Amino acid sequence: MKLKGKVHKYGADINTDVIIPARYLNISDPGELAKHCMEDIDREFIGRVQPGDIIVADTNFGCGSSREHAPLALKAAGISCIIARSFARIFFRNALNIGLPILECDEAAGKTDASDILEVELSRGEIVNTTKGVTFKAEPIPSFMLELIEAGGLIEYTKRKLAAGGGRS
Amino acid sequence: MTLVEKILAAHSNRETVSPGELINVRVDLILANDITAPLAIKEFRRLGIDRVFDPEKVVMVPDHFVPNKDIPSAEQAKMMREFALEQGLVYFEVGEMGIEHVILPEKGLVLPGDVVIGADSHTCTYGALGAFATGMGSTDIASAMATGDIWMKVPPTIRFIYQGKPGKWVSGKDLILYTIGDIGLDGALYSAMEFTGEAVDALSMDSRFTMANMAVEAGAKAGIFRVDERTLDYVKSRAQRPYTVYEPDDDAQYARTIEYDVSTIEPQVAFPHQPSNTRPISKAGEIKIDQAVIGSCTNGRIEDLIIAAEVLKGRKVNRRVRCIIIPGSQAVYLEALHRGLIQTFIEAGAVVSTPTCGPCLGGYMGILAAGERCVSTTNRNFVGRMGSTESEVYLASPAMAAASAILGRLASPEEVAG
Repeated sequence: MKLKGKVHKYGADINTDVIIPARYLNISDPGELAKHCMEDIDREFIGRVQPGDIIVADTNFGCGSSREHAPLALKAAGISCIIARSFARIFFRNALNIGLPILECDEAAGKTDASDILEVELSRGEIVNTTKGVTFKAEPIPSFMLELIEAGGLIEYTKRKLAAGGGRS
Repeated sequence: MTLVEKILAAHSNRETVSPGELINVRVDLILANDITAPLAIKEFRRLGIDRVFDPEKVVMVPDHFVPNKDIPSAEQAKMMREFALEQGLVYFEVGEMGIEHVILPEKGLVLPGDVVIGADSHTCTYGALGAFATGMGSTDIASAMATGDIWMKVPPTIRFIYQGKPGKWVSGKDLILYTIGDIGLDGALYSAMEFTGEAVDALSMDSRFTMANMAVEAGAKAGIFRVDERTLDYVKSRAQRPYTVYEPDDDAQYARTIEYDVSTIEPQVAFPHQPSNTRPISKAGEIKIDQAVIGSCTNGRIEDLIIAAEVLKGRKVNRRVRCIIIPGSQAVYLEALHRGLIQTFIEAGAVVSTPTCGPCLGGYMGILAAGERCVSTTNRNFVGRMGSTESEVYLASPAMAAASAILGRLASPEEVAG
């Protein structure tokens, strides 16, 4: 699974309150949530983001609340992948569960700037910064997780498995 | 094995587990609230399954924006209510509700040795009871509602030993703020925090709930205490089913052990905009405040209100401060009423609200305007958490919040009540 997009760069401890403020949690429609995504930390984000774009951040991305609205809003805003030095654990699960790929990569986080273009091959964990002409290595995403991401998330993946008579692993 | 490993092994039918292992865990209780349940219900429906695996093990609590703050919140609460009634889940309507993490222990729904998953990050509160409890998102909850189990990675355990005798105004809130300030917002990322030592043994259950509650603020998967006489006292009148007390092995392997001498710890305050940005109150400087909030899943229990009343009794809230006190549950509210605390609060010039998460996450019942500052007993002070992105939240204990409400600035309770 290959992704390509322009980078939006953030620092450490980007929390779920700034990804999607709680004043919007009286709705759960991803498209509506996306309109307010990142607005408390980066008001221009939603006007600037294009489908396929990639977020690159420092440590502990997605810390704070368990709101799945956070990865849903980012995905609906067009973000195709998030690369960070580390992720908060609830966000980590939530992102994959809704089919938003995430990669931990120290080097990419350190050597990528805003507006760089990245090409990401998830199955190989390969991140190519085409603007700077450098390649970074992250842990590859295992094939079952790629299937889950391609299915759009855990629920659709589980449904497909149940339909195929595979049962729940 | 550590305490956490013992509980996880027992719930995955294994002799042993070790950190990093992926295991499938049987859950004793699943929780969602009016913000996270609607998404979980949508995902559950998409699975095409009619019934939850066991309605007695699924709890839904309307607390974040309830009593409904606006029409969209009312729609979300309605969706949850209808699902809960249709499925026969454990559900608390407003008259018997409260903040989820206050009422679940109070009603004996969480017991020692349990594995609890909740679609709320502060699910880790139940570690105070010697349970393994962790927050997850709505999709994980939907999946677990269908099957009764969930995959997990066994976390390493970091042991925190608190020695010595704390000062008069140093509470569980001060100890956990100090700890988060020491290790940082991701200081316990993916790990379990085990709280132990003589100072912890001496803590009340309410203070233990406060400490376990904020484990997630250091990135932890869970915070946990060993079960002792105090825990058993708390659960014996509440438990309506059997439970198991687990103990860590003497040769348990900890990822790290961190020791603190609590006699040197002052009352703490976390400055904007991170719970780890802590200072002792003596180093806070002159910070004028506009609002004080006393309540939440962190500090909305009876001990918290008793301490706040001790500081506020016979004194007056500064006339430029809005002091908002929110009991965590109807039971806490009623006990506060019987003890005369509500009268103390109102006579001091505070406002008392029905239980709700309300202002903690910028929902309602105390939203901040640009330029305003609030001292709050809640758990997060991120940008915009309680309102305007140009407002500020200072996290502190109920005693400090009450003292600050009186003086109109960040203040040590000692300044007011000696």
